[in-house]
Amino acid sequence: MIRTTPFHDRTSAANATGLWEHWSGYLVAQRYQLSEKFEYFAIRNSAGLFDSSPLFKYRIHGPDAEHFLAGVLARDIRTCPVGHGQYTAWLDDRGFVIEDGVIFRNGSDDFLLTSAEPNLAYFDALIGRHRVVIDDVSEDSAVLAVQGPKAREILGCLAPEVVGLPYFGLATATIAGAPVTVSRTGYTGDLGYEIWVPAEQALAVWDAVTEAAEGRGVIPIGMVALYMARIEAGLLLLDVDFSSSRYAWTDAHRSTLIELGLGWMVRDLTIDDRSFIGRAALEAELRDKTSRWKLTGLVLDWRDYDRHFDQAGLIPPKDHTPIQDEYYVYDDGGAQIGYATSLMYSPMLQRHIALARVPLDRTRPGSVVKLELPVNHRYEYFDAAVTRLPLYNPDRRTA
Amino acid sequence: MAKTTSAGSRSGGRGAAPSNGRDDANGTDPITNLPDRRASDRTYDAIVIGGGHNGLTNGAYLAKSGMRTLILERRHIVGGAAITEELRPGFWFTTFSYALSLLRPDIIQDLELTKHGFMPLLMPSTFAPMENGDYLLLGQDHGENQREIARHSPHDADAYEAYNHDVSRVLQAIKPLLDAVPPDIFSDDPEELIALATLGSRFRSLDKKVLHDAVRLLTGSAADFLDDYFDSEIIKGYLASSSIIGTKVGPYSQGSGLVLLYHLLGEHDGEFGAWAFHKQGNGGFTKVLARAAQAFGAEIALESPVERVITRDGRAVGVALVDGTEFHAPVVVSALDPRRTFLELVDPRELPSDLVETIERFRFQGTSAKVNFALDGAPRYPALGDRTDQYRGFTNIGPSMEYLERAYDDAKYGWYSKRPYLDCAIQSTIDPDMAPPGKHVMSCFVQYAPYHLRESDWDTEKESLGDTVQATLESFFPGFGDLVLQREIRTPLDIERTVGLSEGNIFAGEFLAPQMFLFRPAPGWSQYRTPIGGYYQCGSGTHPGGCVMGAPGKLAAGQILKDRERARASQRARVAVEA
Repeated sequence: MIRTTPFHDRTSAANATGLWEHWSGYLVAQRYQLSEKFEYFAIRNSAGLFDSSPLFKYRIHGPDAEHFLAGVLARDIRTCPVGHGQYTAWLDDRGFVIEDGVIFRNGSDDFLLTSAEPNLAYFDALIGRHRVVIDDVSEDSAVLAVQGPKAREILGCLAPEVVGLPYFGLATATIAGAPVTVSRTGYTGDLGYEIWVPAEQALAVWDAVTEAAEGRGVIPIGMVALYMARIEAGLLLLDVDFSSSRYAWTDAHRSTLIELGLGWMVRDLTIDDRSFIGRAALEAELRDKTSRWKLTGLVLDWRDYDRHFDQAGLIPPKDHTPIQDEYYVYDDGGAQIGYATSLMYSPMLQRHIALARVPLDRTRPGSVVKLELPVNHRYEYFDAAVTRLPLYNPDRRTA
Repeated sequence: MAKTTSAGSRSGGRGAAPSNGRDDANGTDPITNLPDRRASDRTYDAIVIGGGHNGLTNGAYLAKSGMRTLILERRHIVGGAAITEELRPGFWFTTFSYALSLLRPDIIQDLELTKHGFMPLLMPSTFAPMENGDYLLLGQDHGENQREIARHSPHDADAYEAYNHDVSRVLQAIKPLLDAVPPDIFSDDPEELIALATLGSRFRSLDKKVLHDAVRLLTGSAADFLDDYFDSEIIKGYLASSSIIGTKVGPYSQGSGLVLLYHLLGEHDGEFGAWAFHKQGNGGFTKVLARAAQAFGAEIALESPVERVITRDGRAVGVALVDGTEFHAPVVVSALDPRRTFLELVDPRELPSDLVETIERFRFQGTSAKVNFALDGAPRYPALGDRTDQYRGFTNIGPSMEYLERAYDDAKYGWYSKRPYLDCAIQSTIDPDMAPPGKHVMSCFVQYAPYHLRESDWDTEKESLGDTVQATLESFFPGFGDLVLQREIRTPLDIERTVGLSEGNIFAGEFLAPQMFLFRPAPGWSQYRTPIGGYYQCGSGTHPGGCVMGAPGKLAAGQILKDRERARASQRARVAVEA
C-alpha cells in the first residue's frame, strides 16, 4: 500500500486533478491544478508550497561525526559551521558520484543528511572505529518547502528568525506551537526555505503557512512545476541527469564530480588536507584531464528552432513540460559528442533549454552544438549554445 | 480575445506622482535618464518621438545597431497606453492596455527582454458568464474543455476542435505578414517586385481551403464564420467578442472577421491566440522595454513633449520641444498616430496633397473605454459559489453574438451601449503584487463607447458610463457594487487627452481593410518612410497595426537601418568615383 505524507490531509484536499506520483513509496501530487505552468509561475512570482517529506533523512551524530563525514563526503564538512547546511555529494573510490544531498549541521557533532535514495547501509559500513551513530529519521519529520520571491515575507510573519537567514542557513523556531527547523534551501533556484517539522505537527504548520500566505498568490505546487524550476536552476536529478555509481552496470552510466559540473565542491583541494573517498581519483582526473565530458546548460537557438518546424509545415511547439529523457548532442560533422538528459521550454527564458553533457573542448559558453530532436517523425539537428548553469538565477536566490 | 486599449487622465489628481519615486510595484528605480538639456551637444543619430511600446522598441533596435538614440516621451512615465499606475495606495491599475499576446517573439529575443525582467504570466482560464446565471469556463485541460463545451452543446465540442484547427492553419499562413514590411506595389524597384512575387507565391502555395478561409475571415463577418461551426450562443458570443475589440463593427458587420483574425494572431509560448498578463501589467512590460533600450545605450527623456519636427530642404534634421529646446538628428521617427505624424508634427504643406487627403480621411473613431476598479474582495458568481479561480484569466461579458450586436446598435447612432461588452481581468489573482492581500484590481475594457457622442460629450457622460458598466457587472455579480473601493473611468476622450491617440482609437487607427497592410496608413507610405527625408513613422498606425505587438517599431527600425546602410554605400561609391 502506498504511503501518504504527514501533509496528505491537506495535499489531497488541494489536489484538484487526481494526479499523483510515487516518490520513495509516498504519494505526492504531480500537479494540484489543471495547469502546472500556473504552479510554476507561483514559484517565480509569489511562492509555491511543496511537500518534500519523502526525502530520506539521516541523523549522523557522535564525537567523531565531523571527522567521519569529512572522510566520506566530497565537500569539506569542516567548512560548514553549526546552523548551516551544505549541498554535497559522496563518491566511490574511483571518483564516480554515488549520490548528492544536502547536509545540515545542527551541532558540532550532530548532522542531518538528506538523500533521494536509501544510503544507511552504505554509510554504516564506513563507520569502522569512528564513534558515530547514524539514525534513519526519515519518518520523524515532515518537510514543507516554501519557494519563491514571497517566501521570506510569509515565513517572516510566522517566525521572525527566518528573515535574516543566509543562503543555506538554519534556524530553529516555533510555528503554530510546533518546534521547527527552517533552512534556507530548496530545489527551485529561487528564494526559498524548507520547514522541518515533527510529523505529528505537520498539519498545524501547513495551516499556519497557508493562512499567513492568504491573498498573496501562494499555492501548493506539484512535481512537474518543481521539475521545471529545477531544470532552469541547473539542479540535477538522480536517475535523470546521473545515476548512482553503486548501481550502474557500466562506467558509461557513471559520472565523476567534475563531469557533473560539481567540481566547485572540491575547488580548495590544494589546501584541503582531508583524505576522503574518491580524492585520489579526483586528483588523477584533474591532473590527467580524463574527464569524458562536462554537464552544462544548453540554450537552443530560437530562430533555428522555429525554422525547423516552419519548414516542416508545423507550428513550433513551445511546451514547458519537462522531458527528462535522453536526446543526443552532435558536432557539425554529425558525430555524436554528448547527450542531453533534461529538456524543456523555459517560460522565464523564452527559450528551449537542456541539461547536457558535452566534451571538454565544447564547454566554453557560446560554443555551438547540435541537439537531435524529432520533427515530423524524423530527426533534425538544432543549433544550441553551451551556457553556464544555472540558466535562470535571480539575485534573490542568495541575496 | 483581444487586448489593447487606452484611456486615461491625470485630471483626477490621483495620477502616479513621479515625485514620490514610487513608480512600480517593486520599488525599483523609475526610468529617468534624462539628457541634460543645457548640454551643448544635443545631437543624436536618431530621435524617436513617443515612448510607448513602439517608440521604445524602435529606439532599442536603433540603439542596438549603434546609433546614438534619444526617445522623447511627453508624460512622466514611459509606456504610452501601456502603463501601470498606483492610483490608490497598494492598488496598481493597468489604466489602459492590460494584456499581452501579439508581441512579436523575435523582439523578446532580439532585445534580450528576459534579462530585463520580461515575465509573461500565464492566464490559465477564460470565464464567460451568461445572462441566465450559467457560464462557460475554459481552462488548461483539453478534455475538460471539451466536456465544458459539450455541456452547452454536444455538437460544439468537436466543432470547437475543427474551428481551432482551421483557424490555426489560416494563422500559420498569415503570420509571416506580421513580421515583414509590406511590399510597395507602386514601385518599380526590383527588390519590391521580388517581395511582391514572393508574397504572391506564398499565397499560391496555400491549400485551397486555407486560402478561402483566410479570405472569408479577412473580408467577411465573424458571425458568418462562426455560424458555420457552432450552435451554442455562449460559444459564439465568447469567440465573437474578439471580432469587435477596439473597432467600430459588430459581429454581424462585414469586416469583423478581420478583427477576429487579428486578435488570434498573437501567441504566447507558441500557442496561437493565447494571452498573458505581464508582471505588473503592461506598464511592467514597457518598463522592461525601456530598460532594454537603455541597456543598448538609448536615452529616454520624460516630460519632453515635442512641438514639431524641424525640417530643412525637405529633410528632417531634428525636433523642437514645446519648451523650445531643440535636439538634432538626421533621423527622426514618429511613434505617434498618423494624424499627429503627418498633420501635426510637420507642416502638411510639406507633404503631397494626396497623402494629406488620405490621412485626413483615415478613420480613427475610437469606440472603447476602460473602467477600472479597486475591489474589497473578489466578485461572487452565484453559480460558482465561493470559487475565485475562474478569474485567473479574462472574464468575458459578451454572452451571445446578439448581445454584442445590440451593444453595437447603440454605438451606430452615437451613444454608448446600454449593456456594453466587457472584457474584464482581475489581474491581482494572477499577480499578487497588483493589490494588497485579499483585495483586487479589476480592469474592464468597455465597448461600445464611441468618441463622438450625439448631442453630448464625454465630460458630461463620463460618470454615467461608469454607472452603466457597474450596473452591467452588478447584473452578473450580485453585490459587486459593495466591493468597489474606487472606480477609474477612462473615456475615449481621456484616451486622446492622456495618451495622445487621436479620437481615442486604441489601435492608432481603425482595423478596416482599406487601412491595413499596403494601405496603412496610406497607399505608397506603408514602408515606414514619409515624403520628408529622414522622417519615419513607427507607431501602431503603420503595418501591422495596434495591440502591444512592437512589430511597427521593429520593422521601422529595419527600414531606417537599411536606408542608412544604402546612404553609406552610395557615399562610399561617390568617394570612390571622386578618388
